[in-house]
Amino acid sequence: MTEHDSTAEVVVPENAVTLDVVEVRSGAFGVRGSGDTSGFGGVVRTVTLPAPSVRPYGEWFDDLADELEASMGAAGIEESAIRSVVVDRGEITFIVERERFRDMAQVLRDEPGLRFEFCSSVSGVHWLGDEGRELHVVAHLQSITHNRRIRLETTAPDSDPHVPSLVQLYPTADWHERETFDFFGIIFDGHPGLTRIMMPDDWAGHPQRKDYPLGGIPVQYKGATIPPPDERRSYS
Amino acid sequence: MGLEEKLPSGILLTSVEKLAGYSRKNSLWPATFGLACCAIEMMASGAGRYDLARFGMEVFRASPRQADLMIVAGRVSQKMAPVLRQIYDQMPEPKWVLAMGACASSGGMFNNYAIVQGVDHVVPVDIYLPGCPPRPEMLIDAILKLHDQIQDTKLGSNREREVRELETVALGATPLIDQRGLLR
Amino acid sequence: MTTTPDDTTGTWPGTSSAEEVLDDTFEADLDDVDDVDDFDELSHDDYASAYETTEGKVYTVGGGDWDTIEAPAEGEQERLVVNMGPQHPSTHGVLRIILELDGETVTQTRCTIGYLHTGIEKNLEYRSWTQGTTFVTRMDYLSPFFNETAYCLGVERLLGITEQIPERASVLRVMMMELNRVSSHLVCLATGGMELGALTAMIFGFRERETILDLFEMITGLRMNHAYVRPGGLKEDIPEGSEQTIREQVALVRSRLKDTANLLVDNSIWMGRTVGVGYLDLTGCIAMGVTGPPLRATGLPHDLRKSQPYCGYETYEFNVATQTTCDVYGRFLIRLQELEESLNIVDQCLDRLRPGPVMVEDKRIAWPAQLSIGSDGQGNSLEHIRKIMGTSMESLIHHFKLVTEGFEVPAGQVYQAIESPRGELGAHIVSDGGTRPYRVHFRDPSFVNLQAVPAMTEGSFLSDVVAAVASVDPVMGGVDR
Repeated sequence: MTEHDSTAEVVVPENAVTLDVVEVRSGAFGVRGSGDTSGFGGVVRTVTLPAPSVRPYGEWFDDLADELEASMGAAGIEESAIRSVVVDRGEITFIVERERFRDMAQVLRDEPGLRFEFCSSVSGVHWLGDEGRELHVVAHLQSITHNRRIRLETTAPDSDPHVPSLVQLYPTADWHERETFDFFGIIFDGHPGLTRIMMPDDWAGHPQRKDYPLGGIPVQYKGATIPPPDERRSYS
Repeated sequence: MGLEEKLPSGILLTSVEKLAGYSRKNSLWPATFGLACCAIEMMASGAGRYDLARFGMEVFRASPRQADLMIVAGRVSQKMAPVLRQIYDQMPEPKWVLAMGACASSGGMFNNYAIVQGVDHVVPVDIYLPGCPPRPEMLIDAILKLHDQIQDTKLGSNREREVRELETVALGATPLIDQRGLLR
Repeated sequence: MTTTPDDTTGTWPGTSSAEEVLDDTFEADLDDVDDVDDFDELSHDDYASAYETTEGKVYTVGGGDWDTIEAPAEGEQERLVVNMGPQHPSTHGVLRIILELDGETVTQTRCTIGYLHTGIEKNLEYRSWTQGTTFVTRMDYLSPFFNETAYCLGVERLLGITEQIPERASVLRVMMMELNRVSSHLVCLATGGMELGALTAMIFGFRERETILDLFEMITGLRMNHAYVRPGGLKEDIPEGSEQTIREQVALVRSRLKDTANLLVDNSIWMGRTVGVGYLDLTGCIAMGVTGPPLRATGLPHDLRKSQPYCGYETYEFNVATQTTCDVYGRFLIRLQELEESLNIVDQCLDRLRPGPVMVEDKRIAWPAQLSIGSDGQGNSLEHIRKIMGTSMESLIHHFKLVTEGFEVPAGQVYQAIESPRGELGAHIVSDGGTRPYRVHFRDPSFVNLQAVPAMTEGSFLSDVVAAVASVDPVMGGVDR
């Protein structure tokens, strides 16, 4: 291996985008401390999500983004409401600020050129290592008129897990938001009745968060026990 | 044996226990407690091809007050466990429980926060049936084994003695974790 | 829920105390009472006559004091709240419906779910990508192939290998999915018929379903919960000579479908129970997010196999069944028609099957397929075992790493939606670049369709609730996951 000269200039291409590092994990396979001959203990993995895309997005995404920006202007939503746009694997995701989550959904639903009248699902994702942006709320919208799908995503910190509710726009989001609250603790402001839906009503904790254990029991065999899946060694 | 030969034909001798066991096992009415995938296989065993009616069991009673056998078919979640116990308590004696499937017997593949790891945490189980889901033929085999168990159940003071013996055996049995050095 | 007597007066709330009753009656003419029995009658009261006996004071409660009970508050009607509990023969699984009734009419409906919540989505985060198939298949247990296919298509999109899936694998996936659609609709018709009283429909439905399950067992080895579709292709190819068997059985099922149709279509009793029941028009469906047969019963021919095709569905010829009546009968007719269409698609699949691999070529992903039953009764490919154990160390290491660690999927998220028998089944899969899913969320059609049950049933009769829920065809495994 050649020696790396830290004072050399790093050449950055023009359209380079800084990757968003979500989490850095070190030490795979549960190996800790000395006596690690496998080398897994020194593995460092950076977790990054797909980078925000730059124009032109390709396919029909450019037209959609143009229409959306025009409609946002007409509705009085500032351009900075869209934090980033990610075009990945044939899908487009708009990551918006959470105060504008419902306004953006309203624009997407009501504008004739956009007309995303069908909300497929609203769910959550918990990125534990990402300070200030742990809880993501993802809404999948479908336009049956134009036969298109987009994803509207927003983030909220663990310390203040409030996101505006979409129930007034899409009544179907009712149970979806209740389920997301049940599993992640995200509180949807404006929801008519935000209660637990899957877990018993007096359950403590929000099960699908990353800091909630899987909750299994060790399984007994003849002369040995196997620990539950979340306590076993894992590669990642 | 000599007495039976001297009797006129058309008379059988038996014991009250055997008669009671015979009538109980042949008209065992299951309670509908189908929860998940195993429930579909239970319905299939009640349907045309694997007929449960030939064992007197096609009548799945919706009301637990009229049922003898509770076939717990499927995974029991934490929310459902009190309901399960309440249905079991509403069944009148004598009653039996068949844990159908891996999830009812031991939690199955779902070793997590949401599933009760074995329905015997909630109700006493008479017969466990593994499988995911068990075929209808396996279910019928389990039911027939339960029939044998019911046929051999004693009554009255014999039953009390039997229960004490079973309990002594169970308390003295080696737990699974201590059974070392065995392949099966 | 139990009320306790008021300690100071010793009576139930809302009624006058015994002393008050006695005081009232004492003011009446006790001396005028003519027939006093042997025991001293202390009071003659319609509600609680008191006698002094050797045991003490004994009250005989006879009722008849309605005027002394407090009247209900102004304008407050008596509410009858009925619980169709989780254990019920007609609620399609562990669904709890709380109904507020006014006589026989339902004024409010609330569905409670979560009695079958299994934590599958969290479990998936602790298993490799290939092992995810076995969990996902048990969610909507009547349509396991659809769950598996949605998950595997999503994983393949994340991997970027969608174009490299062999054509034989796609054709077989379509065939298994359509056979599964048939078996799922048969269960819907069977249980729906049973819940409304048509028990013969149950026998017919399950009889046909057994034929289809025999096909599944022949191809995948299991009747239910197959784990047959894997990321990258299929677990194994169909056995030799099975194409002929499949054709014969499909023809058999097609001929037997006439029995159910003859029994129920244009049957005045069935139509009386289902026509005009569970009405949900297009606006209601779109607002509530309802897809599948209830949406197509409103007249909108929305089918993801046509509008956003996957697995090569754009190359098959089939019609989208629609009705315009928006009621239970319309949904029933749609399901009957979809049965016919699915059997046609299965025939088309068999026609276009060509020999080829069923797993993707990429060795980093490809699970060793082409497994066959060896002489020891185990499902292993003997050539593969011979190679990895006998000749090639690298193959053994590769097999070991592939099975224990699994393949890595590049980071990102994807939403894959397919048309399951109940509606749009969507898989939102998030990967962090590792060998395990980071987050998998399934948008289950039954979960969303159940939200629309209050809209369908409020204002109708109690028996219509059963019919409406049966027409939505919820599978609680998918609802609760």
